[in-house]
Amino acid sequence: MSRNWLYVLFWIFVSFLTLFPIYWLFVISVKPAVELFSTPDLILRDFYWQNYVDVLNDRTLRSYMVNSLVISTGNAVLCTLLGFMACYALSRFDMGGKESIFFWTITNRMAPPAVFLLPLFLLLTQVYKIGDFSLLDTRIGMILVYCTFNLPFAIWTLRPTIDGIPKELDEAAHVDGASPWRVIWEVVFPLARPGLAVTLILTWVFAWNEYLLAATLTNFNARTLTTGLSEYVTTTGTEWGIMATISVFTLIPALIVFGMVQRHIVAGLTFGAVKG
Amino acid sequence: MQSNRLGWLLLAPTLLILAMFGVFPFIYVLFVSFHQWNPFAVNPEMAFNWAANYRRVVFDAQFIASLGVTAAFVFFAVVSELILGYALAQAFMKDFPGKAFFRTIHTLPLIMAPIIVGSVWKLMTTPSIGIIPHLLDNWFGYDLNIGQSAGAAFVLTVIMDIWHWTPLVTLSLIAALVSLPPDPFEQAQIDGAGRWQIFWHITLPMIRPAILATVFIRLMDALRTVDEVLMLTGGGPGSATRYVGVHIFKEVFPRTNYGYGSAISVVVLYVTIVVCWLLYVGLIAPRNKKG
Repeated sequence: MSRNWLYVLFWIFVSFLTLFPIYWLFVISVKPAVELFSTPDLILRDFYWQNYVDVLNDRTLRSYMVNSLVISTGNAVLCTLLGFMACYALSRFDMGGKESIFFWTITNRMAPPAVFLLPLFLLLTQVYKIGDFSLLDTRIGMILVYCTFNLPFAIWTLRPTIDGIPKELDEAAHVDGASPWRVIWEVVFPLARPGLAVTLILTWVFAWNEYLLAATLTNFNARTLTTGLSEYVTTTGTEWGIMATISVFTLIPALIVFGMVQRHIVAGLTFGAVKG
Repeated sequence: MQSNRLGWLLLAPTLLILAMFGVFPFIYVLFVSFHQWNPFAVNPEMAFNWAANYRRVVFDAQFIASLGVTAAFVFFAVVSELILGYALAQAFMKDFPGKAFFRTIHTLPLIMAPIIVGSVWKLMTTPSIGIIPHLLDNWFGYDLNIGQSAGAAFVLTVIMDIWHWTPLVTLSLIAALVSLPPDPFEQAQIDGAGRWQIFWHITLPMIRPAILATVFIRLMDALRTVDEVLMLTGGGPGSATRYVGVHIFKEVFPRTNYGYGSAISVVVLYVTIVVCWLLYVGLIAPRNKKG
């Protein structure tokens, strides 16, 4: 009995180490700039919300937030839908080489993202453009670019779900005269909903958290919150309070989402780690 | 069976997008890497120059140095995470109050954006703002300044990586430990085996596949670390923490020599593939064959 309490004490200590850096982020975000350089104080005494007001009133940062929301939501919906269609095809049809295709999709996720920077930049500026319109610095461009890591993830997490839905259900609906299209969207899709929800949420978090591609493939119009954050770190002087506040704003949606899928997240993250 | 045409139709958008944004970029970059191409130079035309770019990569001291520090970073981070992760996973094997709660907290860093992790640690370690330099100064009289000390910056990036990714190792090893059958352990205890003997001869061989898979994932992941290091140290001081990804972001991308940048991208991709392949062949494949 007493040894159990030793474990609890040990885990309180570990949790402290895990949580303290996040707590410190919050502490910095609610301190006025003048107090930052006095002796650091572990305990929060009063809250200074001006940083939050400043960030919310900043038109540039507000547009970055909207961009982040539009891009990650658009990308998550697109990847989940396309991933569902692809998994249905891989699961129900007898296409030649389908297992190779399945494996090939994941190799797209294995390449280090830094290697994608120059190729994608060149492609978006030199090749994928119609007249003056290029995909560089557009929301739709970022939604498509994020598919390189989120679409393989969606396919790999959805495959077991779709494989797990009995084929007899499709066939029964088929015999009853439903068109293949209706079978997909009115029989299989509703049954796959739990898996689809988890995939949607995890792809959303990955897109929301992405920094490297957004930093190189956007200038202003499609800048995201994560790149906005790095703009506040300059060699001439960093606005620490604002930086901490933007970090809090970036962190909160991920935390909420984490609460929603906490139970399913272990499997997803173990795989998701293949590309941070 | 339904007609395969519908299958291909359903698969088509996926294949198209992955080909456009995953495969074609590399065919294109391979093509560019054999050319002299600088759109902002006096002579902006693309000109074929054989393997000149690759020759430059091989003799690029900065690039080779960045490969070296990356290897050191990956080694220290992954080894520490493995040892810590195993210890923490073992500490989860007992029943104690609040277990699920503690596990949830332990998982938190995993969902944080790497750039936020970098920002959090920057706020912790920047002199006069962060609490860590303050405490180190008070307790040990040690002056921590990651803007000046190369060693301190390197160690901090490793610590940050440990903070961020140890939970992943813990979670996968918990999964492995939970699935172990109890019989061999009971038998060994009856036979009077010590704790260390049980660990070395029973636990370790049984969870070896899980350990290898975790090491594989963590290695590939650590190799591509960019965002958090960019945020924490910016690759500095000097080039102490300029890992390969950081090098590409800071040195290759902003320059306008597209041919040379492409060659570096191709080489990094090639090195990554070779490293992963060697790891796979050396660690994971032989185990699968045996058992």
